[in-house]
Amino acid sequence: MTTKRRNVFSQLYASILINAIYAMKNYPITLLNTLLAPLSILIVITLISKGTLLGVSIEGALMASMVASGMSIQGDLSHLKNDFKLQDMVVSSPTSSAVYMLGMAISEVIYSLPAFIVLTILAALFIHTTVTGYFILLTVIVLMFIFSISLGFIISTFSTDVMQNWAFSGILSTLLTTIPPIYYTITYIPLPFRYIAYISPTTYAAEIVQNAIGALPLSLTSLALDWAVVLGISLCLLFLAVKKSRWREV
Amino acid sequence: MAPPRKRTICMQMLRDQMPKELICKNLTKKYAGTPTALDHVSFTTSSSKGIFALIGRNGAGKTTLTRILATELAPSSGTASINGLDILDDTNELRERMAILPQESRAVAWLTPRQTIYSYLLYRGFDRAESAKRAKNMLERLGMSKYSDTLNRYLSGGLKRKTMIAAILSSDADILFVDEPTTGLDPLSRAELWDVLKEFKKDHFIFLTTHYLEEAEMLADKLCILEKGKTVAMGDIDMLRNKMGYQYSVSIFDKNAKVKPLVGKTVTGHNGKKQIFTTRDEANRLAKDLIEKEKKFSINPVSLDDIFFYLVKKPISEGDEEKGDDYDY
Ligand SMILES: Nc1ncnc2c1ncn2[C@@H]1O[C@H](COP(=O)(O)OP(=O)(O)OP(=O)(O)O)[C@@H](O)[C@H]1O
Ligand SMILES: [Mg+2]
Repeated sequence: MTTKRRNVFSQLYASILINAIYAMKNYPITLLNTLLAPLSILIVITLISKGTLLGVSIEGALMASMVASGMSIQGDLSHLKNDFKLQDMVVSSPTSSAVYMLGMAISEVIYSLPAFIVLTILAALFIHTTVTGYFILLTVIVLMFIFSISLGFIISTFSTDVMQNWAFSGILSTLLTTIPPIYYTITYIPLPFRYIAYISPTTYAAEIVQNAIGALPLSLTSLALDWAVVLGISLCLLFLAVKKSRWREV
Repeated sequence: MAPPRKRTICMQMLRDQMPKELICKNLTKKYAGTPTALDHVSFTTSSSKGIFALIGRNGAGKTTLTRILATELAPSSGTASINGLDILDDTNELRERMAILPQESRAVAWLTPRQTIYSYLLYRGFDRAESAKRAKNMLERLGMSKYSDTLNRYLSGGLKRKTMIAAILSSDADILFVDEPTTGLDPLSRAELWDVLKEFKKDHFIFLTTHYLEEAEMLADKLCILEKGKTVAMGDIDMLRNKMGYQYSVSIFDKNAKVKPLVGKTVTGHNGKKQIFTTRDEANRLAKDLIEKEKKFSINPVSLDDIFFYLVKKPISEGDEEKGDDYDY
């Protein structure tokens, strides 16, 4: 009878292999993929601002690639679930939904490593801030990753077709990384339109980071509100992802 | 904490003493916006070892039932348990012991067969060395060593299917759900897989669905015919023959032959022959009669094919009635 100890590290490793390592090995083009979008926006913004927004747009690119990396879990999970029925096989196995999700989350980070490495080097070179500043940057970026990966996971468990996911991906990436002022400060947006930007959690996250690197002065109340929104929404979604995701279909 | 652990061990001991059975009670599934897919399915069958084959037409509810038992899909109502473990309450323990080959599972395109099996075994919780060893052994056993390191997307459909089967079989799960495992395999590969399944059923419980009735008849220790979400018949092949009421099938090559059985049912087979399902004595009598009339005929025990067509598509009228009797299949 099977009462052996199950190796959780093996189970995490399985997701990392399937969704990152084997994929990167067989399709090296994917290495370029995660780097291209954030880097090109960064360059455009820097050129237009004649270099004044370099620090901010590096921060923006880091955040955008973190969010994109998290969001891509929904397309990947849906592909593996609906087209290969991998998730069905994993559901009827000792791997729990939390371990499956965590493994897939790590795999998304690994998949986006080329982008993170390049952007981190740029950040170290061109963002001049204190140790606390870097620490805030890191914390916010991790929170945004938790936010987007949880959102992606929840959506993927509800979707039945990858076509649906492409639509979700398009809409969400626009809402989260194109419309919100993350490559530049919100002060560039004329006032009535600023309210629209506040629909996206990434706006609040960007404000915190821009404040930390000295690009955006903020009142203490605004800063506290930003933290409350970023922390609240990330942790809420994480909770929902773990608790409410449909591991067993209904 | 000590007390709950003790309780778990007690429950485990209790379960070990219970007969190993798969029990379905009134399992019902209704997907939103569609007619009922499973309709109060209830049966009990031994699940210590052997093969249980589920057959039925497209849309009969086989996959739905399989997925509910494999803890992938929640029933709308009803319960089921396997070896004393409830599919809703003891999910974690069950998932330790079960593995599934879903009907539409496909080998992930950017992996090789070796990587496919290896990563599946990692999900099962084996360490890396053990997973690698098991993957290698199973590939050898299924005669696939040659393709171990070819990307799945370059393999033929049958080999991809075999890769998935290999993954399931290499786990140490003792309850295996296999939803149409042999679809798409060539006759030789299918026969090879039958041998493997026969070997596995000695110490595994295999819940198999298939459209190949000869496969079901040959492999299964117990069969269940599902039709429109309801169980129509259940048991070993002899029990199904009894359910049908006839043990022999007399096929007469000339379909216009004037033969009237005293007991039995006459149908027109899909091959155009006149076919009479009847009892042993009547088959004997008919044989003598047909020899005298110099008609070509054959007599066989009723096959699963016969039973399936008979039960799923009922004859229009009885053969021992005044005018016969034909239904086509
Ligand atoms: N996800 C779903 N949503 C809605 N209806 C479904 C779903 N899955 C199956 N059904 C319906 O439930 C019924 C039973 O389907 P199921 O897949 O269980 O049949 P099956 O016996 O496995 O058929 P096949 O031999 O074609 O595989 C069908 O009427 C089907 O249309
Ligand atoms: Mg099916």
